[in-house]
Amino acid sequence: MIFGIPLQAFLGQLLVGLINGSFYALLSLGLAVIFGLLRVINFAHGAQYMLGAFVAFLALKFLGVPYWGALVVAPLVVGAVGALIERTLLSRLYDLDHLYGMLFTFGLALAIEGSFRWYFGASGQPYATPKALTGVFNLGFMVLPIYRAWVIVASLVVCLAVWALIEKTRLGATLRAATENPSLVQSFGINVPMLLTLTYALGAGLAALAGVLAAPIYQVSPLMGSNIIIVVFAVVVVGGMGSIMGAIVTGYLLGIAEGLTKVFYPEASNIVIFVIMAIVLILRPAGLFGKEG
Amino acid sequence: MSALLNVSDLNAWYGESHILHGVNMHVTEGETVCILGRNGMGKTTTLRSIMGLVRKRTGAITFAGQDVMAMPLHRTARAGLGFVPEERGIFASLSVDENLMLPPVVAPGGMTLDEIFQLFPNLLERRNSPGTKLSGGEQQMLAMARILRTGARCLLLDEPTEGLAPVIIDAIGAVLRELKSRGMTVVLVEQNFRFASKVADRFYVMDHGVMTHEFPVGELDARMGMLQETLGV
Repeated sequence: MIFGIPLQAFLGQLLVGLINGSFYALLSLGLAVIFGLLRVINFAHGAQYMLGAFVAFLALKFLGVPYWGALVVAPLVVGAVGALIERTLLSRLYDLDHLYGMLFTFGLALAIEGSFRWYFGASGQPYATPKALTGVFNLGFMVLPIYRAWVIVASLVVCLAVWALIEKTRLGATLRAATENPSLVQSFGINVPMLLTLTYALGAGLAALAGVLAAPIYQVSPLMGSNIIIVVFAVVVVGGMGSIMGAIVTGYLLGIAEGLTKVFYPEASNIVIFVIMAIVLILRPAGLFGKEG
Repeated sequence: MSALLNVSDLNAWYGESHILHGVNMHVTEGETVCILGRNGMGKTTTLRSIMGLVRKRTGAITFAGQDVMAMPLHRTARAGLGFVPEERGIFASLSVDENLMLPPVVAPGGMTLDEIFQLFPNLLERRNSPGTKLSGGEQQMLAMARILRTGARCLLLDEPTEGLAPVIIDAIGAVLRELKSRGMTVVLVEQNFRFASKVADRFYVMDHGVMTHEFPVGELDARMGMLQETLGV
């Protein structure tokens, strides 16, 4: 018993929080990567997450591509579509107010989600958990479905890999420099427009990867992205716009905070993240990990 | 002997303001050329237009026989031009080492890391510090060093001595003479007239967006009257 709550219920919700946090972290990481370099608030991120799940679903249904293949194929397909959109449409807006990028991606999200809802209907399509990941771990004090453990591990590994790519490699140093002063970096002979395209593709690919991971848990539905994306924006704001580590850590923390609120004060669990966001915005407007000014 | 860098009738704009009004200049290989002029006369804009950082421009710029005007910004460096901005442009989120290694090598013949650290021993000691923890002089040296690594043939150097202590200015002068002995071509924008007179072979004087005078370093004494009048020194 912890504060009068049975241990099972506590750990169970902690786990639910960690799972949700895994998705928040993956999605807010992609948003932070895109915002950092492109200065675009990618409202299409939820739609790209949904597209990832649908690519997995359709690839299995029509081409027999299994889950493991979908983990690779869906990010590549959605990343390629993202690259095409950035190159042909989004890049035309960089010289205008940042608001236009936000409006464009918002419109894009509405168009993508609208057409999927028109074609597939609003209800979810089931996506089977891969055989190797069915079953449970019996931890004694609780039962942990293997697939959920896998989601947590996969998300952690991918988040840390992307963090290391940006903070520890030459390519990452180039990305960080281009975030500070793109035209100077380009004057060194680095193809910055290409870098922007690849960064948008990376962000979209990460969203798609989260979509594939989510498919067996939440079902594949045209609205799955718009349900989660508002929370993810709150995560990015709390973490600090553009901060990579901030987005990751805050994603897990807020997922856990949401899960624990379900134990201690269930009525507030849907709003706790936004309450935290409001408090952070008052006390530290740049976010927990953001730099002031 | 034909010029390495040729600029003719260069006009350039920042938004609606017309800054350059037909700049003509040329730089021969191995030469150090200094552009003098008061603030706001278009010296920095000239360098930024040659590099391609100012895109709204007309006229002709050729470098090593290539038409630089037609190139996208990231091709100019590949043609052999290297730019060291007045504000130095050291990246805060990168270490000294990452700043140094950032510009890709564009041609063989650039300095090796050993040569760079011999020329700028301070940078070796501070390799792992964040770029902006360096002093102003060290930042200037880092900004120059990272271009020297790339094999650029011509260095566009914007006010390298601005705000620096005399001893650092002497060190930068020594670096420029060393570069000249290696055959590097340099276009220098300077307000520090004494410094420029020690390193430059030839001078342009810029006034209201055009080059008004051009003379070799040997005529410096004879031109002092004109210079004092135009530069207000």
